[in-house]
Amino acid sequence: MTSGGTAAAAQASGKGTRKPGKSVTGTRPWIAGAFLLPALLLLGALVVYPIGYSVWRSLFDAPGSGFVGLGNYAELFSDDRIRTALKNNIIWVVVAPTVATALGLIFAVLTERVRWGTAFKLVVFMPMAISMLAAGIIFRLVYEQDPERGVANAVWVGVHDTFAEPAPYPGANPRPNSDLKASGGGAFTTKEAARTGTAVSLPLVAVQPDDLKGAQRAVAAKPRPGQITGTAWLDFTRGGGGTPNRIDKQEKALAGLEIQAVRDGKVVASATTEADGTYALPARAEGAKLRLPASNFAEAYNGVDWLGPALVTPAIIGSYVWMWAGFAMVLIAAGLASVPRELLEAARVDGANEWQVFRRVTVPLLAPVLVVVLVTLMINVLKIFDLVYIIAPGASQDEANVLALQLYQSSFGTDVNQGIGSAIAVFLLLLVSPVLIINIRRLRKERQR
Amino acid sequence: MRHATLRTATALVAVGALALTGCGGDSGKKSEGKGGGESAPTVRLPKLNGQTLQVTAVWTGPERENFTKVLDEFEKRTGAEVEFVPSGDDMAGFIGSKVAGGGAPDVAMLQQVGVLQEFAKKGWVKPLGPDAKKELSENFSKGWQDLGSYGGKSYGVYFKASNKSLVWYNTQAFEDAGVSEPKDWKGFLKTARTLADSGVEPVSVGGADGWTLTDWFENVYLSQAGPEKYDQLAKHEIKWTDPSVKQALTTLGSLFGAKGLLAGGNGGALQTAFPQSVTQTFKDDPKAAMVSSADFAAANIGQTKAKVGTDAKVFPFPAVGKESPVVTGGDVAVALKDNKASQALLTFLASPDAARIWAGQGGFVSANKKLDPAVYPNTVFREIGKALVAAGDDFRFDMSDQAPASFGGKPGQGEWKALQDFLKNPKDVAGTQAQLEKDAAKSFGN
Repeated sequence: MTSGGTAAAAQASGKGTRKPGKSVTGTRPWIAGAFLLPALLLLGALVVYPIGYSVWRSLFDAPGSGFVGLGNYAELFSDDRIRTALKNNIIWVVVAPTVATALGLIFAVLTERVRWGTAFKLVVFMPMAISMLAAGIIFRLVYEQDPERGVANAVWVGVHDTFAEPAPYPGANPRPNSDLKASGGGAFTTKEAARTGTAVSLPLVAVQPDDLKGAQRAVAAKPRPGQITGTAWLDFTRGGGGTPNRIDKQEKALAGLEIQAVRDGKVVASATTEADGTYALPARAEGAKLRLPASNFAEAYNGVDWLGPALVTPAIIGSYVWMWAGFAMVLIAAGLASVPRELLEAARVDGANEWQVFRRVTVPLLAPVLVVVLVTLMINVLKIFDLVYIIAPGASQDEANVLALQLYQSSFGTDVNQGIGSAIAVFLLLLVSPVLIINIRRLRKERQR
Repeated sequence: MRHATLRTATALVAVGALALTGCGGDSGKKSEGKGGGESAPTVRLPKLNGQTLQVTAVWTGPERENFTKVLDEFEKRTGAEVEFVPSGDDMAGFIGSKVAGGGAPDVAMLQQVGVLQEFAKKGWVKPLGPDAKKELSENFSKGWQDLGSYGGKSYGVYFKASNKSLVWYNTQAFEDAGVSEPKDWKGFLKTARTLADSGVEPVSVGGADGWTLTDWFENVYLSQAGPEKYDQLAKHEIKWTDPSVKQALTTLGSLFGAKGLLAGGNGGALQTAFPQSVTQTFKDDPKAAMVSSADFAAANIGQTKAKVGTDAKVFPFPAVGKESPVVTGGDVAVALKDNKASQALLTFLASPDAARIWAGQGGFVSANKKLDPAVYPNTVFREIGKALVAAGDDFRFDMSDQAPASFGGKPGQGEWKALQDFLKNPKDVAGTQAQLEKDAAKSFGN
């Protein structure tokens, strides 16, 4: 209060005749300094000092005692893990803000036209209310491999299985010492050619218990003249004790198995096993070998490996977009509200169709807002950490690595090198600064307008 | 690190784990009664009225509850007041920041030998006093004493131990297939094959957590190459490109590379996290018949309807070489401040009196020779405990826990990552070795 009064008095007295030691506004520098001091102290302690210390620290080795010059920075570009992180960061910065902004724009423009637009906006914006950590946990579950748990794969497998019938006995295979041998591509073929009037038994093992629900007891097929007959069954007695290659009591029949008679590489006849496991092939199969095609045993389709090495980064970017498309939408919708309606109307009157109005009028008018959104998201994406840390499983964390995560892993915990960690931090700062400079320039320009 | 994962698992399913405690409830109560009344205290502790003590450990949920019971007994006997501070997963980071800030807890339960050594080097941990040392030398074999030492001085008491050379199996699946517990690796593969023929996928591997794979490797390596090579490899005195490593990886590949022996195939195993690898073996309609894991898997089995000792049984890891391996882990109590109260607590934790309290609650194995095996709540744990004590000095501490964390203890890098790549492609033994050696050389700095 007192100093404020003094300043005002000084200003009043200094009018016209500027004494030395006073600035344009007539304030003594030490007074200005006193006013700036608290802010400078805070800024210095909380921003400038940490940045300076990080730069300083990045020039030293792990214990912090040996000077290594730019060694840590060289390490940054020679380490495979950090290079992957850098590459992923570039993918992130390019893809995530673009997709989120594009989606936000589409949502914003469309919700303007919908009656329940506000409700829709609310729903799209809702993920923003969730913390990154919670979103990460949610998407970890969504991307779970097992279709029984992961929603993404449940949908994917559901769609796949409506078009492709699942195999009746996935994973099953013949008794190792039986007549059936693998004949490539997952099919099994008998060694001997089959004769009519004989029974060819087809013993299989490793059938999943689920596939046997309601299966009948296997019955030995009787030889019939003019036909090749036989039984396909699960040659395994529960609790052990069965004789291999013989239909023991309690052994279950395998119904619905496709059997082909193959001669000279051509299928001459085929049959499907009955509920009691028996089948019969007509006389024209005489002298052919019996083949169990691979379609009987194809492994159940297990969906996409979302969090595997190949897809993990796109999958995590997907979850990021889920969160931030709402943010982009709200900002763009606000910008859209201030777009003069007359311009749109004028364009329509001039005969422009809706696409042309959107493309040539709305988007250019929204350009400043779009840039703000893009730049904000870019800065946000450069420091992405939580989603990657939580969603990427250990086995593919290496492939999903980003700089902020690498910074954390290099700096904290046991056996760490804070020199490298600081170097990454400084490098991240350098990466963010061009975006920041663009942002500041733009703000200045706007103020001048 | 291992416990960190376990801890998360137990925290997530505290309810399930409580159910386990419930299983052993009856006998637990009995032994508790014994602890209070019948058996006289075997250790004399000083009176510490009015003193306060801070103890930190990673434990949460039922583990924390059980440890608190141990601390309560200490309070009762000495009159000191003990405060339990959970450290969070990153114990080393937590203590590091506390020491830097001047407010270190008095006693900490560390999980890795490497961390104990690092702290001892920095002078953060204080050597054991005469009382604690006496109690330690009376109750623990030399191997365990050495593990808690650095530079010729004793620093730590291995209060809680774990036996990682076990294979848990679903008794129903074994019965259905008509197989019994295998003794050696060949028998193990044969059993697995028979189980596969019976229609159940035999071996569950929690490959999403890299440490389960290091345990597989360590068990095979210790049994096949022997303890001396194991110690050398643990210190990186021999290279990972050594023929013994090749042999061990090839052996492991005979399981990982065989068609139909892993639950969910190799890709599925890589997606399976540790808790799931256990529960999928023991849930109704099980997805697998066996899972190789430490005794602490009992907490995860507790989440299923299976009962330890009847539905879920355990056999020692099959011998690959002459003998079955015994790979262990454990939590070591160390004093961060040199005062009377922390020394008294270490003395207490080294005594059978302290071990008895938690052992009776279940989910706990002690290497304390003086602990009466009768206090364990079920036969499975009794056997594990007996085997651990009987191993004498012939056990080896988890190799990856002895290595620098960047090699043996962090997801997505070092040994964890290399073995995950091996699980993905078990044929590439040479490539795995080269990668392991490259990472090890970098982490060990030699």
